[in-house]
Amino acid sequence: MSQSLQNVIRQAEQIILGKPQQIRLALACLLARGHLLIEDLPGVGKTTLAHGLARTLGLQFQRIQFTSDLLPADILGVSVYQRDTGKFEFHPGPIFAQMVLADEINRATPKAQSALLEAMEEQQVTIEGTTRALPAPFFVIATQNPAYQIGTYALPESQLDRFMLRIQMGYPDAHAERGLLSGVDRREIVAQLEPQLDHSELLMLQKRAREVFVSPALLDYVQAILRYTREESRYTHGLSPRAGLAMLAAARAWALLEERDAVNPEDVQAVLPGVVSHRLQAVGEYARLNSAALARELIEAVAIP
Amino acid sequence: MSKPLIYGLLLSILMVIAPHAEHLPLWVSALCAGLMLWRAWLTYSGKKLPKRWLLLLITVAGTAGIVLTFHTLFGREAGVTLLMMLATLKLMELRDARDAMVLVYLACFIIITNFFYSQSIPTALYLLATMMVIVTTWVHLQARNIALKPRVRIAAVLLLQALPLTLILFVLFPRVQGPLWGLPQDAYASTGLDDHMSPGSLSRLSLSEAVAFRVSYNGQPPRRDQMYWRGPVLWQFDGRAWTPGRSPFPVVPKFTDLGQPVDYVVTLEPHNKHWLFALDVPDKLSITATLTDDFQLLRKNKVNARLRYAARSYLVYHANLQESPRQLKRALQLPPGQLDPRARQLAAEWRAGSKDDADIVRTALAYFNKQGFVYTLEAPPLGINSIDDFLFKTKQGFCEHYASAFVFLMRAANIPARVVTGYLGGEYNDVGKYYIVRQSDAHAWAEVWLAGQGWVRVDPTGAIAPDRVERGLSAALSDKAALPYMERNPPQWLRNLRFNLDALANQWNQWVLGYDSERQYAFLSRLGMESITWQKMALNMSAGIGLVIALFALYMLRHLYTRRPDRVQAAWLRLCRRLAGSGLPRAAHEGPQDYAERVAAARPELAATIVDLAARYSALRYGVPGDEEAKRDFLQRARNLKV
Repeated sequence: MSQSLQNVIRQAEQIILGKPQQIRLALACLLARGHLLIEDLPGVGKTTLAHGLARTLGLQFQRIQFTSDLLPADILGVSVYQRDTGKFEFHPGPIFAQMVLADEINRATPKAQSALLEAMEEQQVTIEGTTRALPAPFFVIATQNPAYQIGTYALPESQLDRFMLRIQMGYPDAHAERGLLSGVDRREIVAQLEPQLDHSELLMLQKRAREVFVSPALLDYVQAILRYTREESRYTHGLSPRAGLAMLAAARAWALLEERDAVNPEDVQAVLPGVVSHRLQAVGEYARLNSAALARELIEAVAIP
Repeated sequence: MSKPLIYGLLLSILMVIAPHAEHLPLWVSALCAGLMLWRAWLTYSGKKLPKRWLLLLITVAGTAGIVLTFHTLFGREAGVTLLMMLATLKLMELRDARDAMVLVYLACFIIITNFFYSQSIPTALYLLATMMVIVTTWVHLQARNIALKPRVRIAAVLLLQALPLTLILFVLFPRVQGPLWGLPQDAYASTGLDDHMSPGSLSRLSLSEAVAFRVSYNGQPPRRDQMYWRGPVLWQFDGRAWTPGRSPFPVVPKFTDLGQPVDYVVTLEPHNKHWLFALDVPDKLSITATLTDDFQLLRKNKVNARLRYAARSYLVYHANLQESPRQLKRALQLPPGQLDPRARQLAAEWRAGSKDDADIVRTALAYFNKQGFVYTLEAPPLGINSIDDFLFKTKQGFCEHYASAFVFLMRAANIPARVVTGYLGGEYNDVGKYYIVRQSDAHAWAEVWLAGQGWVRVDPTGAIAPDRVERGLSAALSDKAALPYMERNPPQWLRNLRFNLDALANQWNQWVLGYDSERQYAFLSRLGMESITWQKMALNMSAGIGLVIALFALYMLRHLYTRRPDRVQAAWLRLCRRLAGSGLPRAAHEGPQDYAERVAAARPELAATIVDLAARYSALRYGVPGDEEAKRDFLQRARNLKV
């Protein structure tokens, strides 16, 4: 099982060059049954990452390009009247896939955004009185352009909380960029990828991620972090209990990727930037720090008990 | 209720009751033992407890038995017996946690009854062990899933925590005079001198090892043959036994021509009699007592608690040079009738053949010395003419025989004389630098009144066995077999051990048991609490106890919120501190593996060990709880790492 996980990682690293940390975080998020928000400029490989992961994991892949005129029905699906049968027939929308890439989610209106987010939260959609379950595993990767770009609707904090992790791709380093520039077109490679896991294996891994042991000592550490964000005046508001749960779930999945059966403080520290960067907002002099630096500060401020 | 808990309760009650077995009526001891065996068997075999009506029957019958035995249910003996029986019976209706709780508290309460009988160090140690068992059982009752060893540890910690409270209570609890429990007539029943002397009474007493009193001299102690500790003075002879008689008009004694004073401190064991012991003749005393016309010191109340007093005596003196005729007449009393005719005749012959009283005394002593008298503990029985039988037939006796016969002869020769009982000598404890006077040092001698000299001490025993006076009982007796082992010639180490133990017991007596209201006031005034009232003392005591409890509470509350590192974590933190000492401090937020990697990079020679240690530590601290073996292994390795 761990062998196939390693294969997944290796294969993903061949498509997205020089971003092993992002790949592992994305994978951890998926194993922890959370959803991923990638925030960065266009063209740094967000779509490639999502598509590549879907292929590698053998998941059905759907992409929804969010635009300002996107309607909830475009995401969820519609019932269409069939003249020959005289009945309405449901045409599922792109959300009915195991991996959904919601591209540039902040370009759509809040109405369309919330349709997606509610589906993410509840793992099911209710259309015209009928409740329909979404497939399992169900994994949403949303991408977002930085908010200062024109014509975007920034996701409110309450909605951001529904993403387990938010990561940034960042520019590739020189070596990776060289490989990218000199290599074959990524889309071609993605199309040729072989799945390294089947569904049952993936579900099993998700189950195992939930079973990774968490010791009281580690819970002390997580609670110390949560307490710190709530007591310290440098943040507008502290981390929610849901954030704590997300941190723990992600750390468990990370420990699984590290092939350990218990969570270590290092696992928490590894996922912590992804967990807090879209949840914590600094005030005063700390407001100038970017989210990575803010997370670093937080890690260094809390002693491991 | 679990079996181990019941066995724990059984053991608690057993340990509380066991020392009482010595003085409980035999049938009560048997009843208690039987009930406990029955309870143990019921527990062992898992059978049901007996019916209530049966227990009620046993209770009523037992109580009736106690009433029949003691004719009361109150007082020390009957009360303790009743308590022990009821506590044992409570074992038989041990059904739920509430009963167990009652039993634990009951055991805590009735444990004190043991102090009614003995307050020695071994008793205190034994009761401490008993308390330990009770508290361990109590901990078991409160937390069922703790193993025996940690349970004992908790109990020990609890008892240790009680120590400061104990000290405060001990120092500040207002003392009352006499035994605390207010049963003075019961307080102590010990062997000791009586004011009644008959042939054999002192030789029986001489077999007792019990301590009568301890003396420490200020300065040079007197010679051994001057250590006559005066007790009851006996005037009245009925042909067999000597009794004090009654002094019709007490007169104040008058001592003249005194020599050098001797100062000393006596710690008298309680003997339930009025008299105190002092060297002949006593002058000053640190406590209140009456000096009688025959130079005895009498307390108003019976000495039923250990008593400490300082005294001054003069060993060279003339006592009552002018004695009242009434007293002199008393000192010539002889049994009525014609008992002991031969002794009377002998005395008449001496009177006829001597020029003065002193001459007769010398003649008598020479008689005892020359006529083949034997000093022995095992004197043959005497007939109705006890003096005649002793003087002319058996010629074997202990000091009471000689004193009795001597005084009889003197009186028959018309010399005023009386018997004085008390103790002679003592054993020097060079560990504690004091003398121990035991019951085996009990002695009887005579006093004669001679014109121009007053009352003069004459010890006829000295004429037969001078060693008794000069070196002690064991040196004087030829047949030592009857003596207690320690009075013969024990090996030196045993003597030393005994001296050490007695010195310890003396300290215990002086400072723990002897901490009475007087010492309490003295001690407190040294602490700056001068002329303190008992109300204030009680207030201070409550304040002290409150303070101690508050400190404990504060400490424990703090502990509740700051969890102490466990052994594994402590070892890791120690290791980190050691590495920090060599210039590689661990940041507070640094996880073990991250830190190990950093150390490994900086100190390649440590790399393998530290990474391995960090992995082990992570597994132990954050991993699935594992076995103790891995823990020990880690601790060992962490200790062994050379930084």
